[in-house]
Amino acid sequence: MSATKGWRSWLTTTDHKRIGLLYFWTAFVFFLIGGLEALIIRAQLARPGNTVVSAETFNQLFTMHGTTMVFLALMPLSAAFFNYIVPLQIGARDVAFPRLNAFSYWVFVLGGLLLNASWLLPHHPAPDAGWFGYANLTSREFSPGPNIDFWLLGLQILGVASLAAGFNFIVTILNLRAPGMKMMRLPVFSWMTLVTSFLIITAFPVITVALVLLMFDRFFGTHFYLTSAGGDPVLWQHLFWIFGHPEVYILILPAMGIVSEVLPTFARKPLFGYTVVVYSGVLIGFMGWGVWSHHMFSVGLGPIADSVFSATTMLIAVPTGVKIFNWLATLWGGQIRATSALHFAVGFIALFTIGGLSGVMHASPPADLQQTDTYFVVAHIHYVLFGGTVFGLFAGMYYWWPKMTGRLLGERLGKLHFWLMFVGMNLAFFPMHFIGLLGMPRRIYTYAPELGVAKLNLVSTVGAFLIGASILVFLINVWRTRKRGKVAGNDPWGGATLEWTIPSPPPPHNFDVIPTVASRLPRWSMTQLTAIPEGAELGKPHAPAGSWWPLVAACGLPVLALAPLTHTLWVAFLGAAILITGIYRWAFEPFEV
Amino acid sequence: MAHATATVDVMRPPAPAERGVDVYNLKLGMWVFLASEVMFFTALIGSYIVLRFGASPNPWAQPGKVLSIQITAFNTFLLICSSVSMVKAYASIADGNVKLMKVWLLVTILCGATFVGIQVYEYTHLIHHGFQPSGYREGSELAELAAANPVPYGAATAGLYGSTFFTMTGFHGFHVTCGVISMTYVFIRALRGKYSQQDHRGIEVIGLYWHFVDLVWIILFTIVYLI
Ligand SMILES: [Cu+2]
Repeated sequence: MSATKGWRSWLTTTDHKRIGLLYFWTAFVFFLIGGLEALIIRAQLARPGNTVVSAETFNQLFTMHGTTMVFLALMPLSAAFFNYIVPLQIGARDVAFPRLNAFSYWVFVLGGLLLNASWLLPHHPAPDAGWFGYANLTSREFSPGPNIDFWLLGLQILGVASLAAGFNFIVTILNLRAPGMKMMRLPVFSWMTLVTSFLIITAFPVITVALVLLMFDRFFGTHFYLTSAGGDPVLWQHLFWIFGHPEVYILILPAMGIVSEVLPTFARKPLFGYTVVVYSGVLIGFMGWGVWSHHMFSVGLGPIADSVFSATTMLIAVPTGVKIFNWLATLWGGQIRATSALHFAVGFIALFTIGGLSGVMHASPPADLQQTDTYFVVAHIHYVLFGGTVFGLFAGMYYWWPKMTGRLLGERLGKLHFWLMFVGMNLAFFPMHFIGLLGMPRRIYTYAPELGVAKLNLVSTVGAFLIGASILVFLINVWRTRKRGKVAGNDPWGGATLEWTIPSPPPPHNFDVIPTVASRLPRWSMTQLTAIPEGAELGKPHAPAGSWWPLVAACGLPVLALAPLTHTLWVAFLGAAILITGIYRWAFEPFEV
Repeated sequence: MAHATATVDVMRPPAPAERGVDVYNLKLGMWVFLASEVMFFTALIGSYIVLRFGASPNPWAQPGKVLSIQITAFNTFLLICSSVSMVKAYASIADGNVKLMKVWLLVTILCGATFVGIQVYEYTHLIHHGFQPSGYREGSELAELAAANPVPYGAATAGLYGSTFFTMTGFHGFHVTCGVISMTYVFIRALRGKYSQQDHRGIEVIGLYWHFVDLVWIILFTIVYLI
């Protein structure tokens, strides 16, 4: 069963490193698709009255761009690093539940494919109600086609993948740490993975409920969001944003974790105020639950609710600001090596700070009423999620690429990539602040020349295509170094954490001997970490076994989703049968780690 | 795991890891799973509260008018009994009494299955009389009663009443069904002699889930049927 070669071995693998690579490449393809959608949007908006796409297609493009980037690109790219790096950082041989891990991945792929399959059907009924799908636009009355059904069923399936991964990483980090690795010795990236996982397992059930109620409204005649029958469309907004704001931190905390690993390595200094960085991350995780209505100031929830949520929102900027000062102080007085990874990490600090500041601006309800639903908020979200998360993720790619592939990415192309992306990003999104304040609403497929935003929009489009070019540079870099790149060895950077003690890429069992840790920076403070103690019993080496059943079980979910899409009952039974068979065989399969 | 030690206590965390929470993987996994379940039912019940007390000015149907309290009270009793038998099953295996554990586990499974059966009966009965997710079916017995007595039958809010009732109790019933299936799996393993005083992780973990499902039901019974 434990084949290690050929395509079959990739379908059955339960090795966290292989699953990490699968996550990475799948998510990167979705990242390219989402980016392509963004470029078409920008081409349409390059000049007033443009006709690159129709209004209907434009609605689908911005909806799918948002949904794809959040759920199919950024979250799974973070998950790729959770998978590959966390077990190595904590000194474990795998995750706690390897087959559940494979299941998460397959459910994610199939959910993403289902969501995007809507593009391929006749009349391409892709989702078109925005990435937060407000009720009651999503009701059967106003969205009669299958567009919204694809959206809600796809997200429902993706939720299963995220939840399963969340359970897995919490148990892995709490239970599989190497001896001596106390919680306050845990690398910051692993810490942020833990906080993110807790946010995932608590926030995703809420959107699951929101989507279930929507599904019942659309298929079974319930009235949850229908005002005509006493239902409440604002209930959707509450449920969505109670999920949605923690989701913001699900997207940003992993990037913060990556930056907290990259900066110390390339400044040759321990992270400034490790404890504060960790605790502020935990605090953000808690406070993230008390701010959701800042997305709803324009609903008119009343002065008391508005004031409270305004105050909590401004307050949450504090632990975030604390981290920024910690990162700056880490660089201060360090022996800085300006690698590509460090470029992206520093870019993250700068751009994320700008996004954070515009965030504090619309924490104030009167200001928000002017800014909401304009390009100003589009600028804000892209400074935090592109300038923040994407830059953080690229920092992680340049940093851990040698560990994952055995070869370094080229530094010259890496810096070209960085500068193209940095300039492109600011050209694309900074003008949007002004476009929004000048009154251009988002999500409208075109604008009149009299609005006076044509030049700014053209600049933004140029910036977007520069970002596209920078991604091409990255792909060229990947292609050129895949065989000819500099060989990494165990530790090309002189990192402090455990993943650098083992070969690149690591052997299937990761560690010959589980190291015993006595410090927060084991590689910088200890020698002979991986030396085999005299007379130690090595035990049987861990060989990750393979299993077909996670894949089989995962296939049941999209089949189940086909039942409402095709209005066929027997398909539901077929899907349930596949799912149950998969789980049943999985449960009775002998599998020891 | 790697280091082969003479005696491995499987009811403790895996060795040679740093001990944080002193709980084995599967149990910790169940804890975090239940944490997400708590959030699921909180969102569901929260939506119910918002819809019932926030959005609508009209009162809902009075307790006992549409839903039968007696039959559901019996069902509640059944579920509480099944929690007790689950505890018994766990206590038996912790004492090393495999035989008694199987008996109590079987009792638990039967109670759970009966609960689901009664719920299915309740649903068919309600739908037959005209109560469905969209409210009172036109021309049905309940629709006529509601037309004659709009306040006690909550004629104005029947749509939301049906929506929330079937969604909340339906999801709970789904959880009970999953529990019965999982306990059957554990029972089959028990028949194959997989559990002992030294290793009864399956019993303990499924027990945690089962108690949670029972607890949720007590809340649902109170707010859906009694208030
Ligand atoms: Cu928010």
